[in-house]
Amino acid sequence: MRVPLSWLNEYVDISAVSVEKLRDGLFSCGFEVEEVIEINKNVNKIVTCKILQKAQHPAADKLFVCQVDAGSYGILQIVTNAKNVQEGDIVPVAVNGATLADGTTIKNGKLRGIESFGMFCGGEEIGITEEYYDGAGGDSVLIFHDDFELGQEVKDLLDIKDTVFDISVTANRPDCQSILGIAREVSALLQLPLKMPNLDYQTCDVKTEDKIQISVLDTELCPRYIGAYVKDIKIAPSPKWMQKRLYLMGIRAINNVVDITNYVLNEIGQPMHAFDYRELTGGEIVVRRANDGEKIVTLDEKEFTLDSDVLVICDKDKPSALAGIMGGLGSGIKDDTKEIVFEAATFKRDNIRKNSKKLNQRSDSSARFEKGVDACTAEIGMKRALSLIANLGVGTVSCSYIDKNSVSLERKVINTNLSKINKLLGIQVPCDVVKNILTGLNFECTIDGDNLTAVVPLYREDVEDYPDLAEEIIRMYGYDHITSTLLKDSEITHGGRNFQQVKEQNAKDYLRYNGFNEVITYSFISPKDYANFDIDTENLNLIKLKNPLGEDLSIMRTTLLPSVVAAACRNINKKNLQGRIFEIAKVYLADKLPLEQLPEERTTLCMVMYGENEDFFTLKGAIEGLVNSLFYSKKLKIQKTIKPFLHPTRCAVYLDEEGNEVAYLGQLSPVTCEKLGIDKPLYVAEIDYKALCDHFDRAIYIKTFSKFPTVERDLALVCDKQTTNGEILDAIASAKIKNLASVELFDVYTGEHILSTKKSMAYRLTFSSNEKTLEVEEVDNYVRKILNKLDAIGVKLR
Amino acid sequence: MSKKISEILQEVQEKLTCADTLKILSDIKVDFLGRNGVVTGLLKGMRDLAPEERPLLGQQVNTLRAQIEQLIANREEVVKKYELQRKYETEAIDITLPGKQNELGTLHPITLVKNDLIDAFSGLGFVVYEGPEIETDKTNFQMLNIPEDHPARDMQDTFYITDSILLRTHTSPGQVHVMTTTKPPIKVMCPGRTYRSDDDATHSPIFHQIEGLVVDKNLSLCDLKGTLEEILKHIFGKDIKTRLRPSYFPFTEPSVEVDVSCFECGGKGCKLCKGTGWIEVLGAGMVNRNVLKNCGIDPDVYTGYAFGIGLERIAMLKYHIPDIRMFFDDDLRFVKQFK
Repeated sequence: MRVPLSWLNEYVDISAVSVEKLRDGLFSCGFEVEEVIEINKNVNKIVTCKILQKAQHPAADKLFVCQVDAGSYGILQIVTNAKNVQEGDIVPVAVNGATLADGTTIKNGKLRGIESFGMFCGGEEIGITEEYYDGAGGDSVLIFHDDFELGQEVKDLLDIKDTVFDISVTANRPDCQSILGIAREVSALLQLPLKMPNLDYQTCDVKTEDKIQISVLDTELCPRYIGAYVKDIKIAPSPKWMQKRLYLMGIRAINNVVDITNYVLNEIGQPMHAFDYRELTGGEIVVRRANDGEKIVTLDEKEFTLDSDVLVICDKDKPSALAGIMGGLGSGIKDDTKEIVFEAATFKRDNIRKNSKKLNQRSDSSARFEKGVDACTAEIGMKRALSLIANLGVGTVSCSYIDKNSVSLERKVINTNLSKINKLLGIQVPCDVVKNILTGLNFECTIDGDNLTAVVPLYREDVEDYPDLAEEIIRMYGYDHITSTLLKDSEITHGGRNFQQVKEQNAKDYLRYNGFNEVITYSFISPKDYANFDIDTENLNLIKLKNPLGEDLSIMRTTLLPSVVAAACRNINKKNLQGRIFEIAKVYLADKLPLEQLPEERTTLCMVMYGENEDFFTLKGAIEGLVNSLFYSKKLKIQKTIKPFLHPTRCAVYLDEEGNEVAYLGQLSPVTCEKLGIDKPLYVAEIDYKALCDHFDRAIYIKTFSKFPTVERDLALVCDKQTTNGEILDAIASAKIKNLASVELFDVYTGEHILSTKKSMAYRLTFSSNEKTLEVEEVDNYVRKILNKLDAIGVKLR
Repeated sequence: MSKKISEILQEVQEKLTCADTLKILSDIKVDFLGRNGVVTGLLKGMRDLAPEERPLLGQQVNTLRAQIEQLIANREEVVKKYELQRKYETEAIDITLPGKQNELGTLHPITLVKNDLIDAFSGLGFVVYEGPEIETDKTNFQMLNIPEDHPARDMQDTFYITDSILLRTHTSPGQVHVMTTTKPPIKVMCPGRTYRSDDDATHSPIFHQIEGLVVDKNLSLCDLKGTLEEILKHIFGKDIKTRLRPSYFPFTEPSVEVDVSCFECGGKGCKLCKGTGWIEVLGAGMVNRNVLKNCGIDPDVYTGYAFGIGLERIAMLKYHIPDIRMFFDDDLRFVKQFK
């Protein structure tokens, strides 16, 4: 909300208040001044002068040498290129030491050998436009049409300086989206009297109801509609003071009638509209929902096809305006308009918002209605507009207006207790302070002992209950009165993370200590991601956003892999040559589409690693180490698998004891890598963390150690290259040797001492008994049994 | 004889003086005290002596042997020190070479800030509740006193999945879940991902918040201030001051913004605080009576306060992170700095 202080000063006298004090005061009571804009702060020593003589420059075709009378600055010689100035004109001249609006300083100098003691100025140099002074909008030197005294500062003559506050108004205070609204706050804050704008006007004896009929067919969407007839309209430019104020608000001046509607919108906060009476067929205004397919062309010459959600202001036959949004082209004010009907209405804010969004048509009025306009402001707005019409001589106002109002204009009454307010605040605000503050804010306030009755001003629709009053009181009393207490009257509770939350943090810590870096990636991914990873989406029930930021961010992910791999790729492209990264986040799994209930959000862990020291086994080791460190109480089984995005001979899944897949891991397939544009091996894993975390409950019971010595036997085995370690371990286990304490693979060899189709694997077997020292024969016997089992799968002693 | 003995002693002493390794020392020992050594050689001359002279010689030789042993032992101690010194010198290292350690990974700055806050709040008796990210219009808005026509909906550009299912725009629905399932006293913090359709240097479509909620009898704005002051001191240092100023959230009344005095300049005014001496860190307020009612809690018996902290904001302030997009770019050169 822009607030020129010169305008604010009309309603509350702030001439004795510094800009800083005002800004700080507004800030402390809830209105942050986001920017203090000083208009034409620089302009100085641009003064009026009269051109006495104008002659051609002796050395330059396009330059002239003028002698001017600049009053107390004396007779000055000015060299100029201005063609439009003539002898006898009064023009602005920036004299030696002057500053222009853009900060440029003007000094005496020579132009083509002729001395010049200043520079003639146009509107731009002075920092003004047509709204300030006729002729200031052009790009040539401004010629005054007033007979100004010479040598006078232009900044004072045209009153060009001002300070504008850009104030941030919170959504609960639409009543402060106007100069008057801010003035009310400032008046309460500084305890200065509020001066209401002039609402009085002379009327003629024509009645609005004799000229026009108004009917509101949908009082829900239009709770109040006021219409007033005005005749003898003389369309002309509005006065400069009004144009200037509108200019400071960022609004272009159009003509006196339109400018008055805009002026009232900014001053009072009431959007207004003016219809050309001639164009209202049948002398009727009907406020109704549009018929489906009905059309309107708005003032900006855009055509809209409407439906019954849109409220329109119609005459007997057709829509004349999109209610609250924009008037129709046909009924707009024209240069020859002689009679008008003013509209000041209240429209339901969400309807305006929806329609404005749907039609993609916005205006200052719709923006204002979207924030909320209370019903009582309509009447003030109408009176103010009529007052301006009459007092500026724009037209003749009828002696009555039509007011179709369906809402109560009764003020809300809040009956409460001072003690309740003080208890909520936690401090004792003195009774007289409460009364002063509420009265200053236009509440009618009665205090009787502990009882407090507050009658709420109509424009304060946000105030409903005692906490609202508490807020009014404390924001004016000052939040610095609030002291710090630490739950002094509360029960003690036990805080912290629960078991699962602790475990998740443990998981992150484990990964971190093993060189993994945590990343956070977006929860939405692209259909392209699924295509790149060759993941069939047919049965995935992908959850799509209705309004994504783009197609690439449109799907709630069902897998973390594409996003985490993308993070790795970004790093590879940035020449971060080595990396271990992980993310623990949700995937979003829907039973069916469209969603009727909330989908499952399943916590998932994704790990990606790359670089010269990484391979399948560093990844496998990290996963198993992690699961073990979290005290997973079940067994996991690793098994070969096929995944479309994984290297087919370097990938695996982990199955839980029920045979459910709980993780996959492997090298990313070269085909996928190529699609992603990377040429380095990536090792990836995605773990169904949720499936594991319910079993992080392995108990620890200490085993006693055997008193007897252990016996170790090393077996160098030779087997087919395809034979796996897993198969050999299974074979060894199948011998069911109770006293076999451990089996450890310590060497794998292929090479010249062995057939090319074979490999050698060396295991260390450790035997131990809790009951006795094992005899050599016994151990030999164990080894024989084991070798028999190995023999059965084609594994022999080397 | 005595002369001979003193000569031997003299020779031993000379040799020992030059002996600087244990090997030379051991050779000297063999040369003089060994089976074929000089001292043993003296005893061999005993045969030529008269029997009554023999004990004297024996005594003299034994004394000599003891003296030599003592001399060698003394020297040995010195030589051992030399040897150790030489060993130390050959084993000398350059202590400024880099240490060997496992490459340490990092936690994301958002996790660091979140953990920091969880630790601080845990100590005050807050439990952690993590609610869903996909919410209904009812829990994300309506129950929080944001009806459909409410302008506050414009403040939050919402991602929708269906007309009534959406991505939560704040962690505040956590309040609703907790209040509808738990009896007061309640002290809970709800950390998590939140979503708004915004994307620029200061807004990310995904960001993180921690919602805090306390519901009990007799709570006041002073308790809110005290709690937040405690937490903010934990995060930004014990010297900071806090300031409340009026604000607006539909689910709290009164609502406040909470500022901390600038921890960079101590409140004098600097670039970080844009010269104001204060930094806006979070929004808070007393739980709106309508919200309590909506969640089945009697607002005439219980009061509550709530606050929402933006984790990116805290992390940006704390770690001097200039652009919110850095959190989600996952550049290891960024990520690896958080050790």
